[in-house]
Amino acid sequence: MRHTIVVLVENKSGVLARIAGLFSARGFNIDSLSVGETEDSTISRMTIVVRGDEQILEQVMKQLNKLIDVIKVSDFLNVSHVERDLVMIKVKANSSTRSEILQIVDIFRAKIIDVSAKTLIIEMTGNKGKIEALIKMLQPFEIEELARTGIIAMSRGMNKTKIENK
Amino acid sequence: MKLTGAQIFVECLKEQKVEVLFGIPGGVLLPIFDVLYDAPIKFILARHEQGAAHMADGYARVTGEVGVCIATSGPGATNLTTGLATAHMDSIPMVAFTGQVATSLIGNDAFQEADTTGITRSITKHNYLVKDVKNLAKIIREAFYIARSGRPGPVLIDLPADVQKAVTEFSSSGKKVEIRSYKPNCSGHLQQIKKAVELISKSKQPVIYAGGGVVLSGGSKQLRELAEITQIPVTTTLMGMGSFPSNSELFLGMLGMHGTHYANFAMQRSDLIIAVGSRFDDRITAKIDAFAPQARIIHIDIDPTSISKNVKVDIPIVGDVKNVLKKLNEIVLQEKDKFRKNRLEKWHGQIKKWKEVNPLKYKKDDKLRPQFIMEKIHEATKGKAIIVTEVGQNQMWAQQFYKYDYPRHFLTSGGLGTMGYGFPAAIGAKIACPEKLVFDIAGDGSFQMNIQELATAAQNKIAVIVVVLNNNCLGMVRQWQELFYKKRYSATLFSGNPDFVKVAEAYNLEGLRITKKEEVEPALKKAIAMKKTVVLDFHIEKEENVFPMVPAGVPLDEIISGLA
Ligand SMILES: Cc1ncc(C[n+]2csc(CCOP(=O)(O)OP(=O)(O)O)c2C)c(N)n1
Repeated sequence: MRHTIVVLVENKSGVLARIAGLFSARGFNIDSLSVGETEDSTISRMTIVVRGDEQILEQVMKQLNKLIDVIKVSDFLNVSHVERDLVMIKVKANSSTRSEILQIVDIFRAKIIDVSAKTLIIEMTGNKGKIEALIKMLQPFEIEELARTGIIAMSRGMNKTKIENK
Repeated sequence: MKLTGAQIFVECLKEQKVEVLFGIPGGVLLPIFDVLYDAPIKFILARHEQGAAHMADGYARVTGEVGVCIATSGPGATNLTTGLATAHMDSIPMVAFTGQVATSLIGNDAFQEADTTGITRSITKHNYLVKDVKNLAKIIREAFYIARSGRPGPVLIDLPADVQKAVTEFSSSGKKVEIRSYKPNCSGHLQQIKKAVELISKSKQPVIYAGGGVVLSGGSKQLRELAEITQIPVTTTLMGMGSFPSNSELFLGMLGMHGTHYANFAMQRSDLIIAVGSRFDDRITAKIDAFAPQARIIHIDIDPTSISKNVKVDIPIVGDVKNVLKKLNEIVLQEKDKFRKNRLEKWHGQIKKWKEVNPLKYKKDDKLRPQFIMEKIHEATKGKAIIVTEVGQNQMWAQQFYKYDYPRHFLTSGGLGTMGYGFPAAIGAKIACPEKLVFDIAGDGSFQMNIQELATAAQNKIAVIVVVLNNNCLGMVRQWQELFYKKRYSATLFSGNPDFVKVAEAYNLEGLRITKKEEVEPALKKAIAMKKTVVLDFHIEKEENVFPMVPAGVPLDEIISGLA
């Protein structure tokens, strides 16, 4: 099962290593991990997407909670939420392919953020499915480079991932 | 007032009422050692940092206070690691300080640099690298709080040289430490406790399985109350020895790989296991799929990660063992009529039979047997000594044939199984309790792993009795080779052991060699009368074995008895 786990942590050095260590020590592969400051600059928010056996994952959640610098852990599996991933794709483009690529970009409501004689950089935000569809459409033109931020997630409405009740 | 980092270090230790510090100095720690020179803190100079860490650990185990040790950067810190891992596995409150190269040099492969916080991340409860002297006092206060609260454990603070010299404002603080991301839950959920009482009242073949958490929480009295009012038999883990009086009718001895027949039988046939401060380690469950097939499980533990980790639990209760047992006992007492004295008669009868058929035993001939030695030590000390062990057969004999009636009187490296733990830990224990007799029950292999601490004992006039159960081999490994590898004794037999009596004498300590049964009692008397460290070199049979034994990978009740 794929889980999106949101972890609020103290914004200190060493925290990322501790969390990554928890997963790696158990041979857990992380699909994606993104980290950034929150509305409170002393707190960082991590979004971790993992796949794994439920029981092991429950153990990992508890272990995460046990880390001194972890403020709150939430599993979004049964929480109504939105997820976004940002991708940048550098694709080969010449005068004969450029307009076709632009059409695709348009359909996906993606953006061109860099143009050169031989390449375009396309930026798009979306969920996993949409991003994968875009990548598939661009593959025939030859993708030179691809970078993704990894998923970030937020619960809908007034359900706030706040710091009370660790 | 303005103080240097080194001065703040000492002020904070005083604030935490630290009386003893174990360690070895080094270049980057010179500022701190200069302040320590006239500080009111006793410094015990060890001969190896691993020794220093185990001393702090032994001190912590007998007092329940935080043990403190210090080592220099690089090799000093790496030498500490075995001691940290040992304390971590057994949840022992410790604070370890390490020197570090100056902040400007970190990451440059400077002389004696090691990434100490990186190396120790997974073997400490928490660790800190202090980069600014302004945070030093706060970090030290937090470290002590984290080490002793919740599920205790070692915390390491890495102190760069320049931070020790830097100056900042310091004011002493009586304030309680608050950490927003760390709030251990100690009280236990009342609803869960009520459910547990209900389940207990309905059980017909219940067993209490008590672990080190009982000792750590100071809940031995509450454990005894629970057992006595409910009449439920109690087995303990290695770490739980002494949390329940061995002379009680309800006591089943230790369970697990070298546990008693009757403890293991009782676990396997039970319909309810009440796990208290224990964690279903693999030495306890044996083959996990076959573990206690009919039992429902109540699990009381302060650490949620211990619960439903290895076996699925029916009623988890997260909280401090002592607090939870107090509440549980209250409810049990209110519902006394559900716990009639004779309701478990049949179960008690069954256990009694198991005890009669399969008691702990050994060959009673005229050979010098380690089991006999342990019995004699028990006799000579009236069961009141602090027994520290090394690892291997010695550890198991010490557990089986000395009777433990008090918590904090049996110190052993249970989780990590660290050879070399015993002797330095015994030194730490003796420093904490000078009025007590302290024994290190050792194998000749383990003793040689930290034998250099004889110098520490000599320098500080610390009187520990080292009982070397000298079988001239790595006995426990040899036993496995005997039983499962056709006696192919690969790399387990010693030749070249020193004369331990002479070794002791070389340090100006005492040594005695014992080769006959009848010499045991007089030797113990002599050792107890001497007010300095004594090494008793007991020559026992090479092929002496520890039984009963549950081999790896079979169910807990498939026991090898050993004796024909
Ligand atoms: C540091 C360390 N190294 C290796 C081991 C593996 N080991 C477990 S028991 C044992 C033999 C211990 O021999 P000794 O101390 O002589 O005790 P005995 O079993 O003979 O009583 C060994 C090597 C260990 N537990 N710890």
